[in-house]
Amino acid sequence: MTVDPRLEAAGPEGPGHPYQLVAPSPWPIRGAFSALLLASGLILWIYDLIWPPWIVFALGALGVAATMIGWWRDVIIEAENHEHTPVVQISLRYGMLLFICSEVMFFVAWFWAFFNSALFPADEIQVVRDQVIGGVWPPQGIQTEDPWGLPLLMTVILLSSAGAVTWAHGRLLKGDRRGLKIGLAITIALGIIFTCVQAYEFLNAKFDYSQNIYGAVFFMATGFHGAHVIIGTIFLSVCLLRAFLGQFTSSEHLGLIFAAWYWHFVDVVWLFLFTFVYVWFG
Amino acid sequence: MAGATSTASATEARPELQIPTGWRRYLYSTNHKDIGTLYLSFALLASLVGTFLSIAMRLELHEPGLQYFSNPQYYNVFVTAHGLIMIFFVLMPALIGGFGNWFVPMMIGAPDMAFPRLNNLSFWFLAASFTLLVSSLFFAGAPGSTGAGTGWTIYPLLSTKGHPGPSVDFVILALHLAGASSILGAINFIATILNMRAPGMTMHKMPLYVWSILITAALLVLALPVLAGAITMLLVDRNFGATFFAPEGGGDPILFQHLFWFFGHPEVYIMALPAFGIISTVIATFAGKSIFGYLGMVYAMVSIGFIGFVVWAHHMYTVGLNASTQAYFVTASLLIAVPTGIKIFSWIATMWGGSIDFKTPMLWAVGFVFLFTVGGVTGVVLANAGVDRVLHDTYFVVAHFHYVLSLGALFAIFAGWYYWFPKMTGYMYSEVIGHTHFWLTFVSVNVLFFPQHFLGAAGMPRRIADYPDAFQGWNFVSSLGAYGAAFGAAVFFYGMAEAFWRKRPAPANPWGPGATTLEWTLPSPAPFHQFETLPRIA
Repeated sequence: MTVDPRLEAAGPEGPGHPYQLVAPSPWPIRGAFSALLLASGLILWIYDLIWPPWIVFALGALGVAATMIGWWRDVIIEAENHEHTPVVQISLRYGMLLFICSEVMFFVAWFWAFFNSALFPADEIQVVRDQVIGGVWPPQGIQTEDPWGLPLLMTVILLSSAGAVTWAHGRLLKGDRRGLKIGLAITIALGIIFTCVQAYEFLNAKFDYSQNIYGAVFFMATGFHGAHVIIGTIFLSVCLLRAFLGQFTSSEHLGLIFAAWYWHFVDVVWLFLFTFVYVWFG
Repeated sequence: MAGATSTASATEARPELQIPTGWRRYLYSTNHKDIGTLYLSFALLASLVGTFLSIAMRLELHEPGLQYFSNPQYYNVFVTAHGLIMIFFVLMPALIGGFGNWFVPMMIGAPDMAFPRLNNLSFWFLAASFTLLVSSLFFAGAPGSTGAGTGWTIYPLLSTKGHPGPSVDFVILALHLAGASSILGAINFIATILNMRAPGMTMHKMPLYVWSILITAALLVLALPVLAGAITMLLVDRNFGATFFAPEGGGDPILFQHLFWFFGHPEVYIMALPAFGIISTVIATFAGKSIFGYLGMVYAMVSIGFIGFVVWAHHMYTVGLNASTQAYFVTASLLIAVPTGIKIFSWIATMWGGSIDFKTPMLWAVGFVFLFTVGGVTGVVLANAGVDRVLHDTYFVVAHFHYVLSLGALFAIFAGWYYWFPKMTGYMYSEVIGHTHFWLTFVSVNVLFFPQHFLGAAGMPRRIADYPDAFQGWNFVSSLGAYGAAFGAAVFFYGMAEAFWRKRPAPANPWGPGATTLEWTLPSPAPFHQFETLPRIA
């Protein structure tokens, strides 16, 4: 008969349950206030309502960054304190998984915008739109990119980086910390190379972002993906730093697992972008 | 037991068990009950603003001609703000953030939520969002006015070319923050419910309110990011020259409506499902019987949540969808009547043969069943594309969704409020005042909204500050209902003040053997943290 782990007390003076109750924290309200500055600062900047126009936005961005550092520092300290019991770790896994689900649905919106144009370019009741794009996709007058040049290279880079992070995780499971660091470093390097190649691609694109639907969906969909690559690279860099600080054991390394999950999610989104935006409807 | 030490030293070793003092207790809170209280207080505050806006609208429509809005665009601004505030800052915070935070952990036998800090972030994001929304009222919107007069649906081109000022940007970013708040809150609820149920509480033993929050949270996680994408497109269209919704750049204004309603329709169930959960709990308690057809109730909610994702274009019958698409959306929309019917009939069957105790919460619950049925039946009418040609954007639609939301969801909030008031505060409310509040509200809201069916069927369009003289009679009646409902709200606040003033102590379980969920095993008011030793469910 197995004992429900929920029934085991956590030890002397500990609770009769395995959950983590955290002490009051200043970070949530600071983060929310910073987000308020960030949002209102963006509008003040766009409409040039104050001087210097970017000042409130910058304060908000600093506040959000400080919140993320402070909050996740607390989480790492608690993890090192073994406050993340096996049951708490399950909650954390649900949390990360659901966060990635919500990210997937965010990309659904961009793919919806893409397919709305790519699959149905000729809707006779939309006269003006029809005249502009000519009833075809890619729209008339748009010179698209060859998918088998830079986009293929970017696919290879991202897929290799996914292999590298999996390899790094495998080395940690075997207790090989040097392999973990090498694997993470390779993953991060490939992520940075991807971002550089994408920056080159964006700067040399033969269509504009503004005033045409192809540019709008192309740059927003691939651009949001690129932003996620940068976030994932930062996430993995934090993991590398933690590895150098001697954190992560072969049995407990949720931060690394979540970074890897996130990286694979970014990878899969790219495969959809490559298949549909570049190859199929390019 | 090894851990048998005095309470004092235990709390010293574990600072998270100490009750924080002063402003830190709420501003830095990591306690599900305190955060639930924040949400409920916030919803009450926002409801005052939302009600003020609606009373102003009914005063304007009291008689034909322009009475108060010399620039009728401000009427549209009021309509927009009323809708957004009532949905995002009253109904959702009360039904999900408020009661959900208070009672989901207690009902599943857990000491708190899975992510207590994230919980607080959800609340403060909402406060930040409300600040942005209220700010939007004071910035330039359409030429010659301030505020966004776009309706809560913020359709382009009205929200792009029609509103060149920053006001709509404030609304967009308010929705971004409210969305982030809801997504994070939803993740928290799902992790809590899946992972923190007391030993023995299998999914099929979970109280229906917990089920309703679980399904609602799943809808939030899947629907809100699509809205975030849509309003981001709107933001870049407005400010950075993108043309997602601008035909002159090859964009498609209808795309926005698809994306919006892919979120917007599940959003309706996001407000209705927690109401279903509360009503199931209250009816079972005061009928003295367990709920009729528990599993049917659970899977009816699951199917409503699922079908809710595939009916969105029934909001868009008039945009030029082809006939077969319309036929599909008619069929799928009508299908929702089946699980909804299961719920209505199961509530009635629960009361059937029960020994019904008409305490105040039960009055609101029975009122809910009646009003929600009226709103559901008019929904079946509107689901038909042919009929909707005539009724689209008329007061018939306004009457329909106010019967399900303003009356349905709001009645569930009051049912939950009176039901759990003793547990939250430790005081009993006055039954006399509670009954007065109910009857005033029930009569008033029907006087307010029922005539709007007639106005809509006669062709009165919504979102316009004036109307032809022919509509005067029922508009007059409707406005009288609004003033009555406002008076009912005043009685509610008086009742709350009276309860806190008289301080009638509430027993742990004031409702008797019908109240079977775990929160009634705890003292009233509920302790700061509960279930230090987890309960076992047989």
